[in-house]
Amino acid sequence: MKVKIIVNGYKKVYDVAPDEYLLDTLRADNFYSIKRGCDNSSCGVCTVLLDGKAVQSCTLLSVKADGHEITTIEGYQEEAKKLSEHFGHQGADQCGYCNSSLALTVHAMKTEIKNPTNEDIKEYLVGNLCRCTGYEAQHRAIKLCLEDEE
Amino acid sequence: MEIVNYFKAKTIEEAYQKLNEDPSNLIIGGGAWLRLSSKIVNTAIDLEHVGLNQIKETKNSIEIDAYVTLREVEKNEALANLFSSIINKGISGIMGVALRNLVTVGGSIFGKYSFSDFITPLLAVNTEVEMYKAGRMALEDFLKLRTREKDILLKIIIKKEKVLGYYYKMKKTGLDFAVINVGVTKTNGYYKIVVGARPSLAAYATSAMEYINNQKVITPKVIEDTAQIVVEELKFGTNSKASKEYRIELTKVYVKRGLKEVTK
Ligand SMILES: Cc1cc2nc3c(=O)[nH]c(=O)nc-3n(C[C@H](O)[C@H](O)[C@H](O)COP(=O)(O)OP(=O)(O)OC[C@H]3O[C@@H](n4cnc5c(N)ncnc54)[C@H](O)[C@@H]3O)c2cc1C
Ligand code: FES
Ligand code: FES
Repeated sequence: MKVKIIVNGYKKVYDVAPDEYLLDTLRADNFYSIKRGCDNSSCGVCTVLLDGKAVQSCTLLSVKADGHEITTIEGYQEEAKKLSEHFGHQGADQCGYCNSSLALTVHAMKTEIKNPTNEDIKEYLVGNLCRCTGYEAQHRAIKLCLEDEE
Repeated sequence: MEIVNYFKAKTIEEAYQKLNEDPSNLIIGGGAWLRLSSKIVNTAIDLEHVGLNQIKETKNSIEIDAYVTLREVEKNEALANLFSSIINKGISGIMGVALRNLVTVGGSIFGKYSFSDFITPLLAVNTEVEMYKAGRMALEDFLKLRTREKDILLKIIIKKEKVLGYYYKMKKTGLDFAVINVGVTKTNGYYKIVVGARPSLAAYATSAMEYINNQKVITPKVIEDTAQIVVEELKFGTNSKASKEYRIELTKVYVKRGLKEVTK
């Protein structure tokens, strides 16, 4: 099946199977920033933005993305760089496997919630698992990054 | 799940015709629960373009279409204001935002999941469902339907009334399913008590409701007795999440907290 998806602002046409997931379609197109973790909707490392909203690409059928806009971290390089600097300073990443999905989720949160509280941040990011950090340092880094942008 | 063909219907009738063409054809909502199954689907029928994507407020009700995502419901302010946020709160305890942006009202109701954090609060308020062929019925009756007839869930309809409500999902970790979930409401002086994930599908505690609704004054003793009737009348069980005994103790605690909350 042919599907037309705008990925990071570029029009793309993919030939996909009816039961192919977006994670596989995009990784086959070299978007390696999108990671595969649980592959069953539980860990969030495969998060991309669908029309600006965070979704799990391991669970979204590629046919469902037809006619929609997808953003991966490559679409937010400048913004991601700032967050990644804070991550570095706060010791918020170790292997880095979860970082791009986390940065995309933070971006979605910022567009959805103005001035998020500590609780908002925790609640919004609950679905983004990280096996390395214990979350405290990530939380600090995100707060500092948000403060910088004010 | 394997899908042989994918069909984006343009009308509900078209979707219904396709649904009945083959026993393995089905409607796909967000596809998140189906993804976990080992089903082989001949044609998955998508409702994105049939116009079931809205939350509408009418004079007497709030109508939520089947293809609306749970995240959209969670963020709806009218639901929060009318029903003490119990529906919004129920949804917010389901996994993360990125899943709630995908899963749909249709899939969440039609699946009749026993662990559902959506069905419990919906039962605690006044909810009906509208099916394409079977028409409109109370959510409670829909949940009891055993028919194998293929149909399409179009929307749910929640009566607008000022509800004092309480909802609690007891879970062991942030992203887990409920060990038990409890909804308690008071609407125009009438109490409803719903317990889900027992581990079976959410149900009213009808005897307990009858008892408390016949009391003139709600004393601590009445609340205690009501909670006791709840655990005596509903069936509880053991599964990998928790034992029957633990669920019974938890239910007593949360029913009491709920009743105290709505009688404040
Ligand atoms: C990893 C994971 C964890 C979860 N945890 C929780 C939790 O803690 N609490 C909770 O309440 N829920 C939980 N859920 C369930 C979730 O909230 C949804 O209810 C579920 O995924 C179904 O929604 P869906 O849109 O994905 O439906 P689908 O998977 O697309 O469909 C589910 C069923 O409904 C049918 N269907 C869909 N739409 C219609 C329609 N309009 N008419 C007729 N039939 C229809 C399908 O044919 C299928 O049989 C979880 C789901 C996942 C994947
Ligand atoms: S890989 Fe998609 S949620 Fe884990
Ligand atoms: S830094 Fe390793 S998974 Fe998050």
